[in-house]
Amino acid sequence: MIGVGKMKQYSNVLDRPLSKGKQEVSLSAFAFLFSELVQYNQTQVDNIAELERRLEDAGYAVGARVLELLCHRDKGNRRETRLLGILSFVHSTVWKVLFGKVADSLEKGTEHEDEYMISEKELLVNRFISIPKDMGTFNCGAFVAGIVRGVLDGAGFPAVVTAHFVPVEGQQRPRTTILIKFAEEVLRREARLG
Amino acid sequence: MAAICSLYIINKSGGLIFYKDYGSTGRMDTNDSLRVASLWHSMHAISQQLSPVSGCTGIELLQADTFDLHCFQSLTGTKFFVVSEPGTQHMEGLLKHIYELYTDYVLKNPFYEMEMPIRCELFDINLTQAIQKDRVALLAR
Repeated sequence: MIGVGKMKQYSNVLDRPLSKGKQEVSLSAFAFLFSELVQYNQTQVDNIAELERRLEDAGYAVGARVLELLCHRDKGNRRETRLLGILSFVHSTVWKVLFGKVADSLEKGTEHEDEYMISEKELLVNRFISIPKDMGTFNCGAFVAGIVRGVLDGAGFPAVVTAHFVPVEGQQRPRTTILIKFAEEVLRREARLG
Repeated sequence: MAAICSLYIINKSGGLIFYKDYGSTGRMDTNDSLRVASLWHSMHAISQQLSPVSGCTGIELLQADTFDLHCFQSLTGTKFFVVSEPGTQHMEGLLKHIYELYTDYVLKNPFYEMEMPIRCELFDINLTQAIQKDRVALLAR
């Protein structure tokens, strides 16, 4: 093995620095695993809303762990406490670790004060997925919405997060928008902090 | 000007799971295309048995006066074949590419049931692009 001799030996496993690990996994392997996850959940439900909820729950667990890990790894055990801070943390840091790139855009909702949107031209989990016509507006991005909800909830910003397809002019494929609607208490706290 | 007339994908038991025609020549109705698919499946199997050399994997190219038929069989027994104008080149490459698209956009789609007809929007979009690219490359040659 290459570099075996060079590695510093630590007597205690706790002394060893936390390695960043290998940054990438095979997209194919992930796509097959995710496909199986969706197929399994499909056998457990009898309507589409339920399927969406189950995918979101699966993502929530990932989000909670990702927050924990990234706060430790990138932020020296600190976490964002302000609304815009946590949103840009999700939009850039979380996205980069999970999908290898920053999300395409982060916008504030025009109609409601408490709504924010993260848009992605082609969401990684939807790369190979075609939704059948009879499933209507179902979006497998519900899994990613769950991840976002997990991160926000863990950081103390409870929110309702949903994934939607939004048609784009001049494009064959719609983009996916992750809609974040924060709880009232979050906005009240934010207003108090000024 | 269409070099490719039609594309068929048949599952391992000979059922047609995908059919698309390009241009006006060699167009077929649903019943005929199903018949061609199962006929080809049987002929392919017979050719394996009749072959004088051992380890034959079946017909790869059928040349007729008015058309060529190129066939590619995947390891799992799914067969892809295109009917094209006589003497059209580089069909093996195209078939391999179509197989790649099939593994990506059909097999990784959780809503596709194995061995069933293919109805995947992304597969259609990417297939159309691949065929178009192939045509452009053909014109350039």
